[in-house]
Amino acid sequence: KMLNCSTQYEMPNAGFSFDNSRRNAVLEEGLSEKGYSAPKARKTGTTIAGIIFKDGVILGADTRATDDMVVADKNCMKIHYIAPNIYCCGAGVAADAEITTQMMSSNIELHSLSTGRPPLVVTVTRQLKQMLFRYQGHIGCSVIVGGVDVNGPQLYSVFPHGSYDKLPFLTMGSGAAAAISVFEDRYKANMELEEAKQLVRDAIAAGIFCDLGSGSNVDLCVITEKGAEYLRAYDEPAKKGQRGGKYTYKPGTTPVLAKTVTPLTLDIVEESVQAMDTQ
Amino acid sequence: LTTIMAVEFDDGVVIGADSRTTTGAYIANRVTDKLTPIHDRIFCCRSGSAADTQAVADAVSYQLGFHSIELDEPPLVQTAANLFKQMCYRYREELMAGIIVAGWDKRRGGQVYTVPMGGMLVRQPVSVGGSGSSYIYGFIDSNYRSGMSKEECLRFTAEALALAMERDGSSGGVARLAAITEAGLERTVILGNQLPTFFSA
Repeated sequence: KMLNCSTQYEMPNAGFSFDNSRRNAVLEEGLSEKGYSAPKARKTGTTIAGIIFKDGVILGADTRATDDMVVADKNCMKIHYIAPNIYCCGAGVAADAEITTQMMSSNIELHSLSTGRPPLVVTVTRQLKQMLFRYQGHIGCSVIVGGVDVNGPQLYSVFPHGSYDKLPFLTMGSGAAAAISVFEDRYKANMELEEAKQLVRDAIAAGIFCDLGSGSNVDLCVITEKGAEYLRAYDEPAKKGQRGGKYTYKPGTTPVLAKTVTPLTLDIVEESVQAMDTQ
Repeated sequence: LTTIMAVEFDDGVVIGADSRTTTGAYIANRVTDKLTPIHDRIFCCRSGSAADTQAVADAVSYQLGFHSIELDEPPLVQTAANLFKQMCYRYREELMAGIIVAGWDKRRGGQVYTVPMGGMLVRQPVSVGGSGSSYIYGFIDSNYRSGMSKEECLRFTAEALALAMERDGSSGGVARLAAITEAGLERTVILGNQLPTFFSA
């Protein structure tokens, strides 16, 4: 006779599970009484930016991922692929931004196969904002969507609560204020490619230098009608300096004038053996 | 958060809004368009949470578009206003949305309906909303006259918006105006330095 299992395998429900929220709240309360804090979700503490130039869109991002005040990843990729003609910079909670953009990419590919047309940037924006609004801001994902489609080059920002803005230049993340000042000063409509790349590089560099949550290298992604060009580590403004010399000196650098040796008489007071567990 | 306004006149309505969206003290978008088309001759002015009002406006646009196709007629402004009211009242605890619905239809001409936070619906010849509206109630009450022409309404709206944007920290940028009549839609933008000026200390 076969013994039946007492528990049946349950198919996991699709989507996010908030089952542990109440438990986490109780745990956090208990921990804080004792002086500990619960582990925080890793935020990317970022500078991301995008502009529309003559032939298309340029997206830029720094590459630092922070865990509170420690740099968790010195060279992470914040510009995510959505479609061959659409890319997405993500700021906010690292996991949320990563998973959400991957979900969007899957859905957009299916949608594009279903319609038989290359995907539109507005479609990505609409699906993103409808999902984020449904979760009322609990998915901490701030995103800049940029791409070129039949309607031309377009740039949208989407906030965690589900609002969106369509603008010719955009910045987001903790370094947004530093980067937007560069754009407000030097942005012009219909810039040439090299000038535009330099402008985005400068805006991200402003975030890298003036914001603690941003650092390391500048990644760029240039999207035109012809396609997308991902320039990983386009610039490394904050390179670690080269060591100029060493502070160790050769024996004999300092001349010895005199030498006296005084032996110390020591008695053993206590002797104990601690075995190491080498299993 | 905003200043929005709508005025009825004989042949239609004039609507206006500022262009500032803030997250805390940072201006996320200084050229926002808060006058959102719901249908060919019906617009809504959005104030409150950007995410909430964008989501509600999208939902109502869809419902109204569907209804209009079923009817095979342009929809009534009152219908649009009621759709907004139903959504804003049902979800009143979850939403932060103050909306003014304005447009033209064949039955009643130009109409302005206000749906403030909480989900009330009332038709008014002139209506203001948003955080900046508090500063211009006096101006509106003393300067509004019924039977103004389109140009007079546009001037009235521009002056009211300018006054509110001057005093309210959460309003600013450019002033966006639109005039909706049977013939169609005319949108204008008044840049910051071209706004009407008043006494300032």
